[in-house]
Amino acid sequence: MRFGLSEEQTLLKDNVNRFLEDNVPLDKVREYADGGSDSTIWQGLSDLGIPALLTPEEFGGVGLKPLDAAIVAESLGQHIAPGPFLGSAVMAPFALSNSPEGFGELLSKIATGEHRVGIAFGEAIARRNQASVHVKDGKVDGTSLFAFDAEADSYLVADQNKNMFLVSADDDGISRSNLTTVDRTRRTVELTYSSASAKPVSTDSNLFDRTLDLGRVMLAADTLGAAQSMLDQAVEYAKQREQFNRPIASFQAVKHMCAEMAASLEPCRAMVWFAAHALSDVPEEARLTACHTKAHLAEVGQFVSRTATEVHGGMGFTDLLGLHYWFKRIGANRQWLGAPEFVRSEAAILQGVD
Amino acid sequence: MDLSFGPEYDDFRSDVVNFLDKNSDKAPKGGDMRGEQAKDWQKLLIENGYTCRTIPKEYGGFGAEPDIIRSRIIGEEFSKSRINPGLGGQGISMLVPTLLEMGTEEQKQKFIRPTIHGDMIWCQGYSEPGAGSDLASLTTAAVLDGDEWVVNGQKIWTSTAHLADWIFCLVRSEPEAPKHKGISFLLFEMTTPGIEIRPLVDMTGVANFNETFFTDVRVPKNQIVGERGQGWQVANAILGHERDTLAPPNTAQTRINALVELMKTETAGGERLIDNPIYKDRLMKLQGRVLAMKYNDMRVLSSRLNPGQDASLSRMITKLQGTELRHELEGLAIDIMGEVGLSYDDNPHLRGAGSWQREYMYYLGLIIGGGTSQIQKNIISERGLGMPREPKIEKKAV
Repeated sequence: MRFGLSEEQTLLKDNVNRFLEDNVPLDKVREYADGGSDSTIWQGLSDLGIPALLTPEEFGGVGLKPLDAAIVAESLGQHIAPGPFLGSAVMAPFALSNSPEGFGELLSKIATGEHRVGIAFGEAIARRNQASVHVKDGKVDGTSLFAFDAEADSYLVADQNKNMFLVSADDDGISRSNLTTVDRTRRTVELTYSSASAKPVSTDSNLFDRTLDLGRVMLAADTLGAAQSMLDQAVEYAKQREQFNRPIASFQAVKHMCAEMAASLEPCRAMVWFAAHALSDVPEEARLTACHTKAHLAEVGQFVSRTATEVHGGMGFTDLLGLHYWFKRIGANRQWLGAPEFVRSEAAILQGVD
Repeated sequence: MDLSFGPEYDDFRSDVVNFLDKNSDKAPKGGDMRGEQAKDWQKLLIENGYTCRTIPKEYGGFGAEPDIIRSRIIGEEFSKSRINPGLGGQGISMLVPTLLEMGTEEQKQKFIRPTIHGDMIWCQGYSEPGAGSDLASLTTAAVLDGDEWVVNGQKIWTSTAHLADWIFCLVRSEPEAPKHKGISFLLFEMTTPGIEIRPLVDMTGVANFNETFFTDVRVPKNQIVGERGQGWQVANAILGHERDTLAPPNTAQTRINALVELMKTETAGGERLIDNPIYKDRLMKLQGRVLAMKYNDMRVLSSRLNPGQDASLSRMITKLQGTELRHELEGLAIDIMGEVGLSYDDNPHLRGAGSWQREYMYYLGLIIGGGTSQIQKNIISERGLGMPREPKIEKKAV
């Protein structure tokens, strides 16, 4: 029995972390937040083989498992890195390679990073503002809200009935407009379709659910990394900052805040590992664990992001430290692909309670 | 990731399950430690290696090599079947491991066999009215007079003192030494003249705790474990072990499953409580936390099996999180029942034999006992996160 990361997985984690430390410092994130591009970051991650991680080997991928992807997601969250990882490296390759329609050629382009796929699932999870998506005879009409990756070449779209299809971003029938959110480390868009071409991916709601589970576990892993970074920053700050002639880290009030963060967050690491592992290797527990992991990390993330900010005192509230980028990213992960109350209600339904 | 224990352990598990199937009728139902049935059951469990497994044969144990996985499988299967897992108590859980580590050969021969067979019941004399979280400031005095220690002072929270035959007790034997270096670890009979016990009723209504008073209690000089002044190390040799066992995740799992069943059967205004979206969300939130602790525990287990894996922080937070979680879980059961949830003792509307209220309060006791939550947070922040200790306040000159 061995519960934890393998040597290869630790190596993967170290490689990604080294790349992000060197290439995605906070200044780089600020550039993106102020309107810059994430293309050099994505290029670098592509050189490391990240978009190929989950793609089966027959389509030019590496054919690794969700746990490997979760390790990368955690690092990306830790460094609040911009980029299309969630959609293009995880959800789309999974859905497309399991689609009966055959997307081999596209998958090999996704695996090299040259083609980016975004995700527009909101209307299949919890529709807002009466947005809806309608497909008929290969044409799509309607609206998807808060689709992620504003620079995608195509989008994996789901309608209210969990049918999935692919639309090309440069189709004449699509208009795309930025939706500004508090989280500036990633961009979301509103997609409006008017008789745009829609290539069917799947009518199997089970494939949609599994794609969604995968995405939710990745968001949980992203929150794990981001929250761990906030906790580390808070502990470090408390050791440096002196008041009343002593480091504030020696005050129990501050220590207990940090201890509570660590106590909530540390079990999340094991939870994310198990949830990701279950997606490929423990199918009977995978769905329930994915729901609980998404919702639990949303709650712990909220607690840690608020408490770590508080430990920083007034500085935590400023733009100077940039701590707010982590706070907002964790806040976005909480809402994306299902807010915690919705996800928990799905967990109840999975156990025969609705 | 490899979650299987391997085929040889599957065989071991089926042995345990078969044993339980065949022998469940012999197991005592209640918690009477003195009953003949309890002793016979204990003997049978030891003979089969299902309790006191690693205690050497020469001291009355089963004499197996330590095997974390086998011990765990035994724990899991007994917990699942809800069959009595054998005798517990502080003699077996704390004194015996201490003696194995620090006792003389004579002490091991004399005490271990009767203790693990239920013929010698122990209580623990550690806390004092003035020495709780700051245990090392204890003042119960032991002064050597010829071949005997003379003990004077008071202990508190002495669980089962009224049932015990013997006590293992921390005393101050070197009043001039620094506080951690002036303590000794003594063993003496509870029938020794000069011992007075007063029951201390706790909030659940049970008098399991006691206040224990010592007036010129004379203890033979050789009934000391370790050297004079070494008592703190002797006690700490196994104290960490106690914290690990206070809130085991698999019982939280059993309890939340029971809570789901309760919410499916209990109704308010004719509506099942499980169908109430607010209660349902609270239940799901707790289930998520129970799962997180379950996987955390798997990680801790793995780190004990695989050298090089570090799960020290996971381990450090278990008592804090586990006791808090159980308290909230039992509390939700009370909430969903409303007034019915207040039922206690002989109330005809009692659910689960009163376990929800009892455990709700009992776990508040555990949040405080065994190192309070606040002490746990000090440990996590200092040893886990490397934050500095609070500066010591200089003692004021009188």
